Parts: sequence; C-alpha cells; structure tokens
Amino acid sequence: MIWSKHNISSPSAPADAMQVDKLILWLLRGGGSIVAALVLLILLFLAVESWPALRHIPAGRFLNDPSWNPAERMYNLAPMLSGTLYAAGGALLVATPLGVASALFIAYYSSPRTAGIYRRLIELLAGIPSVVYGFWGLTTLVPLINQLHPPGASLLAGILILTLMILPTIALTAHAALLAVPGEYLRGAAALGMSRWGMIHGVALPAAKTGLMAGIMLAAGRAIGETMAVLMVTGNVVRHADSLFDPVRTLAANIALEMAYAMDDHRAALFISGLTLMLMVMALAGMAGWLGRNPHA
Amino acid sequence: MKPALIMRYVLFATALLLGSGWSLSGNAGSQKLVLTGASTLAPLAGEIARRFESLHAGTRIDVQTGGSARGINDVRKSVADIGMVSRALKPEEKGLHSHTIALDGIGIILHASNPVAALSRQQISGIYTGSIVNWKTVGGRDAPIIVINKAEGRSTLELFLNYLNLKNSDIKPHVIIGDNAQGIKTVAGNPNAIGYVSIGAAEYEITRSTAIKLLPLDGIAASVVNIRNGTFPLSRPLNLITRQAPQGLIRDFIEFARSEQVRDLVEAQYFVPVSAR
Repeated sequence: MIWSKHNISSPSAPADAMQVDKLILWLLRGGGSIVAALVLLILLFLAVESWPALRHIPAGRFLNDPSWNPAERMYNLAPMLSGTLYAAGGALLVATPLGVASALFIAYYSSPRTAGIYRRLIELLAGIPSVVYGFWGLTTLVPLINQLHPPGASLLAGILILTLMILPTIALTAHAALLAVPGEYLRGAAALGMSRWGMIHGVALPAAKTGLMAGIMLAAGRAIGETMAVLMVTGNVVRHADSLFDPVRTLAANIALEMAYAMDDHRAALFISGLTLMLMVMALAGMAGWLGRNPHA
Repeated sequence: MKPALIMRYVLFATALLLGSGWSLSGNAGSQKLVLTGASTLAPLAGEIARRFESLHAGTRIDVQTGGSARGINDVRKSVADIGMVSRALKPEEKGLHSHTIALDGIGIILHASNPVAALSRQQISGIYTGSIVNWKTVGGRDAPIIVINKAEGRSTLELFLNYLNLKNSDIKPHVIIGDNAQGIKTVAGNPNAIGYVSIGAAEYEITRSTAIKLLPLDGIAASVVNIRNGTFPLSRPLNLITRQAPQGLIRDFIEFARSEQVRDLVEAQYFVPVSAR
C-alpha cells in the first residue's frame, strides 16, 4: 500500500494544510455515511412495507401457494424466483465468454486502431437505454422466435436481450482488468518464448481473475435487476419454465407490472418481491467480495 | 485551498440549497391540481389539462398514470386532488364522488391477417381458459392460439373477466402485458395472437394502419357508435373522482372536462363524449 494515509500527510506539513485535511476528512466521512445510511434505509423501507404481508401470511406460502393471483389471495413467488435465475443465469452463460473474448481481442489481438473503434462500439452498446432494447426485442426478436416456436415472448428472448445488455459491462470491465495486469508479467512471459495464447491463458487471465470476476458479478446484478426490457419480451406468465420457449416472469418485472395497481396485501407481496431481489443482489455482492479477498479460491 | 475559502464554498452551497427550498415552498401557494389514475384516461386528461391551463393563467395541472386503483388510493389519501378511474365505482367505493367525462369500450383484437371474423362468448371463454388451443377449432387456419392477458389489477382485466364470468386464475395466458400499447404491439407482431384492449386505443392504431383488427361481440361491432348508443356489451364509463363534492378549482376543472369545449379532445382519443349533441 503506497497511498496509505501515513504517506500523504507528512508530519512537517503546515498547520493550515492539516486543517484542510481535517475538513476534507469530515466531509468524506459525511458523504460515506450518507451512502451507507441510504442502503440501510432502503432495506428498512422494504422490510417495513413487506411487514403487513409477512405478519399474517406464513413465509412458506410464498413458495407453496398454488399460483400467483394476489386478487384471490395466492402469493407463490417461486416461479418468478426461478424465472429471474434462469434469465440472469442464461444471459451470464452467453455473455461471459463473448465479453471476455471481446476484451482479449481488444487487449492482445487487434491493431490499436481497430481496438479503438471496437471499444467505442462496445461503449455505445453500453449506453443504449434498456427500453430501446426492449422495444427492439418486442418488435423484431419476439416475432422471429415466434416463427421458430410460438408464442415468441419467452425465456429465450429475455436471455438474448439481457445478453446484449450485460455484454458491454463484462467486456469493458474485463478489458480494464487485463490492462491492469503488470507489463513486466507479459514481457517476462514473452521473454520465456511463450505463445500469445500461452501468455493469455497462463499469465494474463490468472493475473486478471479478480477483476474479471468482479465484472461478471456486476453484470449479474444488472441482469437480475433489469426490468423494462425484460418485461417487454418475456411474456410475463407466472409459471416455471420447462423450455427456453416458455414465457417467464422475473421478480423485477412483477413489481413493474403490478405495483401501480396494487393495494394492501398485494402491494406488500410486491415489496416482498423487492426484498427478495435485494437479498439476491446482496448475496451476489457478498460473493464478489469473498472472491476478491480470496483470489485463489 | 485555504480553509477560509472552503468554508465560503460550503456556505455558498448551503445558501443555494436553502434558496431552492424556499422557492419550492413558494410555488405551493400557486394554483395546482394533481390527477392520478387510469392509463386509459391519462392521455385525455393530459390534453384537457393543457387546454385548461392555457385558459387559466397561473394554474398547473399534473397528470400521472398508475391505474384506477391508484387513482382511488391517492384521492382517499389526499395525495391527488382528482383520481382518474376507468370503470364505475364499486360498492365499497361509493363514499367518493364520481363524474363521468367519457365512455370507452373494450374490444377483442386479432392480427389483421387472421381469417376469423367473429367469436362467440363461449369461444372466447374457451380460448382464454385453454379448452380451445387451435384457430382451426373456431374456423381459422391451423395454428396455435397465443392468448394475451392483462396484468393483475388493471381495470380492463376486471371488466373482461366480468364479461366472461371467469376468475383470473382460470385463464391460461401465453403472454401477460401491461398497458394497451404493449398489447397492440404484441398482437401486431404475432399473426396467431388474441388480446383485448381499449377500443379507443385500438381504433386509433388501426387508422395508423397497425396490423390489428377489432372483433364484434355478441354480434355488435366494436365501434365508437355502438358504445355511445349503449349496445356494445363490454363498455365502461371513464370517471374523474373526488373525495368531497368538488369546489373551487377542482369543480372548474371537472365542469370544463365535461363541457362541449373539450368534445374534440375526447373524440380525438376515440372515446365517446357523455354530452350527446
């Protein structure tokens, strides 16, 4: 650690500068605690809003009720949990190899000029609003899949749209992680006469592993939470999907579809969807943190 | 940077924040109305509000969607001055005051290329409960039927279920949609789909040559004319609701919304004005 605080404020600094440091320290502490308080407040808010339902609906019913029909007092969230996991997991399975491959291409295979253009393109892909992806999916992708296997609005459509959306995240973070691999590692590998792929496989990827994992986790978080685009293409039927062509509803889409119209227990049940979603993302963040601390796990 | 300078910045920022706070509380004094509720009614209410604002300088009218249930909720909690509700009030909601500003019908829509020209109530019921799964059974081509249903809580869904005398859990949908526009786009993109949306919205899209068509119900064509004369079986009033008998600005707005002055706006949305000419 070169930039620890002991190295910055040398004891010989004038008193004036010390005061500035103190002021900045308190400003930063303030900012930091506001952010931390926000996260906790959101969790608290979700818990408080879900409480009315949790109080008189046993938790088991959210997994064992015959269906999700809040108007008829049935609150089975399990199909939406599986739908969320299938959609996000499928998108990760497709996007991770593609994203890492793009990053490797930019970092080690392309000419600097191609790399520049390619990187801009990926950044552009990252900047397209999700509702645009959803609209494209609804008017183009869903009819295409419908010709293959009706109804078209399906898990597959959701996975493809999500793949498009998280691909840039994975590619850009992977590229940043590869750039952070110390140059001497690569020069050392080259000096040993390793092939380019040998160097990537044996040196660059292991050295960048933590960064790659962090990027994938970030993408997973986005895939789980993405709402509008998914809502427009997955069909939103609450049922466990048996195949890629079955419609699914994700937890996030459930909230967006019904929140505006929900009251009482229905509303509280939607907040429970939100709480579940939040817990999933927290588990992911925890996993990313654990992987970061144990790079050799 | 000197500490004194930083302090000055902090003071300046504080002053800015406080200043914006002041101006916000200052605005609350001017004339403002908040409308929330049905997505069917919101575009019309927005147009009426714009015309109302241009005639009454200094008024601001804020229109937000979120469904009839939200309209009722917000009016009860006094979050909104006026609620927009796209159905008649239920018995448990009778404490509220409702003011019908227009009528609307719900129509079954198919893709324009679908050869089926009419469906009976039993056939629609069979399709939506999953006992009829192929268009061949009802005289169409040999293709699976894609059933499109609305998300829970929408008043269109309630009205439709009432008409067929079904519960939502009886319905076996392939796609569940949110608003009318999403339903129309889904049907237009799928030649074998069946859905139901507000006739106003559907007729508007048909004039813009979107690939959908409206089916007659019980032998009565789904059209604005038949909603006005009350023969179309699946129609509903579009209401503005208030917590108390309307007064002041709220009364002015509701009277304006029911008057001849906005008839063209109501008709432009393919709704049916209440005041017969």
